[in-house]
Amino acid sequence: MNPDEKAWTGPSSAQSGIISLSRVSFSYNGKEQDVLRDLTLDIPAETITAILGPNGSGKTTLLRLMLGVVRPRQGRIQIAGRWQSSYSRREMSQLMALVPQNEHIPFDFSVLEYVLMGRAPYLSPLGMPGDGDRQIAIESLQAIGLDHLRERPLPNLSGGERQLVAVARALVQRPRILLLDEPTAHLDLGNKSRLLEILRSLAVQGISVILTTHDPSLAATIASFAVLMRHGQILDAGPVDRLFTAEKLSATYGVSVQVFQIDGRRIVLLPEG
Amino acid sequence: MTVPQGYSAATRLALRRESVSGLLRRHLLLILGLACLVAVGVSLLVGRYPASLWTSPGVLREDELARQLVLNLRLPRVLTACLLGMTLAACGAVLQMIFRNPLVEPGFLGVSQGAAFGAGLSILYLGSAPLLIEGTATIFACLGLTVSYLVARRVRYGGWILRLVLSGIAVSALFSSGVGVLKYLADPLTQLPDLVLWMLGGLWGVTWADFLYILPLVIPGLVVVILMRWRLNLLSLDDETSFSLGAAPGRERTLVLVAAVAATASVVSVAGVVGWIGLIIPHVARRLTGADAQRAVPASLLLGGLFALMCDALSRILLAGEVPLGILTSFFGALLFIFMMLSRSIRVQR
Repeated sequence: MNPDEKAWTGPSSAQSGIISLSRVSFSYNGKEQDVLRDLTLDIPAETITAILGPNGSGKTTLLRLMLGVVRPRQGRIQIAGRWQSSYSRREMSQLMALVPQNEHIPFDFSVLEYVLMGRAPYLSPLGMPGDGDRQIAIESLQAIGLDHLRERPLPNLSGGERQLVAVARALVQRPRILLLDEPTAHLDLGNKSRLLEILRSLAVQGISVILTTHDPSLAATIASFAVLMRHGQILDAGPVDRLFTAEKLSATYGVSVQVFQIDGRRIVLLPEG
Repeated sequence: MTVPQGYSAATRLALRRESVSGLLRRHLLLILGLACLVAVGVSLLVGRYPASLWTSPGVLREDELARQLVLNLRLPRVLTACLLGMTLAACGAVLQMIFRNPLVEPGFLGVSQGAAFGAGLSILYLGSAPLLIEGTATIFACLGLTVSYLVARRVRYGGWILRLVLSGIAVSALFSSGVGVLKYLADPLTQLPDLVLWMLGGLWGVTWADFLYILPLVIPGLVVVILMRWRLNLLSLDDETSFSLGAAPGRERTLVLVAAVAATASVVSVAGVVGWIGLIIPHVARRLTGADAQRAVPASLLLGGLFALMCDALSRILLAGEVPLGILTSFFGALLFIFMMLSRSIRVQR
């Protein structure tokens, strides 16, 4: 559990990151005001990256841009060495998976039925999941330790269990990139540590994990690379070691914060009033 | 199934019931399909002629007139009833999924009220030949859908679903006020009864021509819905999630929406406004099969057929005249709904 184990050691050779943005700007519905302005960014592969910033800084929008739900107004995005627009929907869904924040599911799907939906990228448009897909879904549930909930209706699960099941559903897609939007926002300590453990093991297996969070301590605990955002702009991006200074975090959140180091771990605190 | 000895009588009963329900669950679609076929057969023999309730098959062999009646009047009617129930219920299930709202029914996007207005227009000004009424009703039902869709596209706020629901409500209200005007203008002795009967929904006087008329829209619509049934699960998730799973939520939702509503428009144009099937049957089906649309949609289809056949048979035998089908489906549908609400099997999370 030592975060320094996977410290980011600079881009490997000359290869650019798993996701690269060059001069990307974005605005909703052609409005004048840009939500994101002139972002240039290289996210390294096979590590955990935290996109960090206060509420409304554009973290989720950045995630949506990476996913391709929305397209940049200006600039281009490269994913795994290819332009984003050159991927088909199917290719993209095999490459990248999403764990959304607070997913609203209006029907009583069972856990297994829900996880099975993650096999869609490997089925034909009119196909239905078969026994092989079912097996993969069950294995994915076993991997996160929730196999015993298989037949339970989704709405009966606790928030933490549901979040973990969403991760299982995303992993069934066999993605190289996993996006998570505020993954720990509603989790208690136990579920949080379980989720973080799973994310760490995914990074070890070679999956690039990208998550948004407004909690600097979480980013310090788990990420090797961080992106600091404020008002739709990137203040800085780089290895967590370099970014986690009182000065940079104060600039990100617009309040002065203090950073302490205890047992080699960084803790961010508001100063006493 | 042998029940182990040594259990109390109650446990044994519970175990046996468990195994029966397991068997039902696994073969549910097969059982429902067979039940549908049986219901079609039984419906052919139920009515007021030649016997006042039940005609035995033997009578049909001897009585030429009865045979003619069953083949030329009752058979097309029974088949239409079955198809009507199937279409409304399956399309109801589909719409509830793509609108991510368990309280949606297939006629709500201006379709039912549009059809009613079209039928009224035809009865008042074009003539009341059945095919003429049906044609006008179909055109106006599709018009209702198109206008709802276009209005929704131009609304500048809210999500896509909210916009469609809002414009559907508004367009339905426009058409129903139009129907009000038509009722007011109609000749109370000749035209008004026709109009009111049509609005109550029913299948009297359905001929082979009517049955054939609905096939070109209903069959392709149902085929699309059946083929895409597993995919509907993806479309019931958040836009972003279903996008991340490789679906094109906007395009695919529009495809199944058009297929389902076109099928609904054509059955409504023949049968009039038959309520509640499309709303309640999908809930019953999901209760039996679980939420997975791969099983819930076919189960809705078959249950809907069964429900409509039963209501239509009742509508023929309850009174000397006919009870309009729409009244019976509303009555039993609403009863079912209340029953299910009280048993807390309908969960609406909003």
